[in-house]
Amino acid sequence: MTFVVRAAVDQRGFDLSLSVGPAETVAVMGPNGAGKSTLLNVIAGLLHPDSGTAELDGRTLFDLTAGRGSWTAPHHRGTALLAQEPLLFPHLSVLDNVAFGPRSAGASNAAARKSAEHWLAEVEATELRARRPAELSGGQAQRVAVARALAADPGLLLLDEPMAALDIHAAPLLRRLLKRVLAGRRAIIITHDVLDALMLADRVVILENGRISEDGPAREVLQRPRSRFAAGLAGLNFLAGDITEHGLRSGGLNLYGQHHDLPGPLAAGQPGVAVFPPSAVSVFLSEAHGSPRNAFPVTITDLEPHGDQIRVRAGESGRLSADITPAAAADLGLVTGTRVYFVIKAGAVAIYPS
Amino acid sequence: MTARKAATYTGIPAWVYAVAAAGALLVVLPLAAMVAKVNWANFIPLVTSESSLTALGLSLRTSAASTVLCIILGVPLALVLARGSFPGQRVLRSLVLLPLVLPPVVGGIALLYTFGRQGLLGRTLEVAGLQIAFSTTAVVLAQTFVALPFLVVSLEGALRIAGPRYEAVAATLGASPSTVLRRVTLPLVLPGLASGAVLSFARSLGEFGATLTFAGSLQGVTRTLPLEIYLQRETDADAAVALSLVLVAVAVAVVALAYRSPRAGRPATVERTTTAPAASGAVR
Repeated sequence: MTFVVRAAVDQRGFDLSLSVGPAETVAVMGPNGAGKSTLLNVIAGLLHPDSGTAELDGRTLFDLTAGRGSWTAPHHRGTALLAQEPLLFPHLSVLDNVAFGPRSAGASNAAARKSAEHWLAEVEATELRARRPAELSGGQAQRVAVARALAADPGLLLLDEPMAALDIHAAPLLRRLLKRVLAGRRAIIITHDVLDALMLADRVVILENGRISEDGPAREVLQRPRSRFAAGLAGLNFLAGDITEHGLRSGGLNLYGQHHDLPGPLAAGQPGVAVFPPSAVSVFLSEAHGSPRNAFPVTITDLEPHGDQIRVRAGESGRLSADITPAAAADLGLVTGTRVYFVIKAGAVAIYPS
Repeated sequence: MTARKAATYTGIPAWVYAVAAAGALLVVLPLAAMVAKVNWANFIPLVTSESSLTALGLSLRTSAASTVLCIILGVPLALVLARGSFPGQRVLRSLVLLPLVLPPVVGGIALLYTFGRQGLLGRTLEVAGLQIAFSTTAVVLAQTFVALPFLVVSLEGALRIAGPRYEAVAATLGASPSTVLRRVTLPLVLPGLASGAVLSFARSLGEFGATLTFAGSLQGVTRTLPLEIYLQRETDADAAVALSLVLVAVAVAVVALAYRSPRAGRPATVERTTTAPAASGAVR
């Protein structure tokens, strides 16, 4: 009893396959335009892919392999969609909104309302039952929308950045609620927030340019990212290149580092990545000397506040960053365009095959 | 709603107010001139004469019938125009809206060559024992012909503004397309539908040219109030003025109904859809 989708949308360069276990929550992350919403729309039946198949609990959602052309209408799929905005039906009370799914499934009015009461209680919104959506705050409305989606008893719950439109006070509340209701439930959640991936999801899928670039347990993907996007999420510097005897060669850079927790050294020549935190990068105005260190001349492209530190971005398109104290930044007189040396201890650079 | 506006900067030059006043006068002055001409002493007898009451009754009945017909035919039309996607959609929209700009007399002639005795469908219908031209049915058809675009324009605007997102969510919750239409789409655009229906009714009530051409002017059968007014004008100017005032009163009531403050206990999201269709109707 699993969910499997394989789909291609030629016009958007979208082509991937994904499976989700019966009680698994998968977080889908990726840059804007990577195809995250396309994925959900294809699964929900709101977008017709050019080819592919999808199956949910033994039922075919679509099968567009050559010769066949089966297509299940959205309302027969059991894939409830929760969008960024709650989209509660403005002409219905909160209770009737939540009862909409059961009613549409053919339940009697009384049974539908009973189910709606249950799910409203589940999201701690019973006291809102008689209100109109216009009388709810953003957080309340999204809570009701969660109840409405769950009341439809979906085989697969699709969440499209459910926290994105909420203010900073409402988001943690909803995150806790989702953690509770998503436990033991099959769901796909699109998010931009690492916290969501770590808290809510069993697995993280990184989507880039319509294709899956990484797929694994959330913690692992963030600790050992193999894509630039995942490294960015984890706040790590990321260089891809070829593994050498002592490290990694990436373009003109020759990096010394640790071949990470592997049985024995890696064979040189294979493609690999080097990852290191910005806090491990020091900034000097002249080339420093000392033990095995990596020192690269770079030009500063950006300076921005980052917590109580200053994040110094440098290199082509600012792809390397260093975190230093504001005092250090002032002492060095750093401005955009300054030529500096980024110095990284070899021990802080993790190198592994990509 | 009126007291709410504080002294915010409007950016309207003073001379614009002057030109706007001239425009308003062009509309209001003739109405005032007509009201000044009303023979108040004989107003009640003039308005309640048998021929007047017959014409008024016929007008209200046919307009109500054509409004119903507009809703039955116009809602599906607006839906496929706003949400559908098919070849020739743009052409269909232009054609459906054509009666807005067509002289009603031309519409009447077109109807005559469709449903008239020698018309495209008329011959077949006559074999079936149906004769439409110069009957009350013809009045309703003529009114529907000219009033349908008002409903379609209003509703299509409302549908476009509401967007298909609620429908998509409803479908993923398990609602079939018909359920979505009944429980989501139509309630969401109800204000647009209502204002469109009211405008259609008003247009039907004022219909003259197409009716006269296609249905003639037979008392109690096809002579609606506008036709009665035109006829009375030849013989009894006082009666024509009095009846005109009745039509103005009905029109004012209708317009007030269509453009009433949308803040009548409706939720905020629906409110947004209310103003635009009214505005698009007003483009005409």
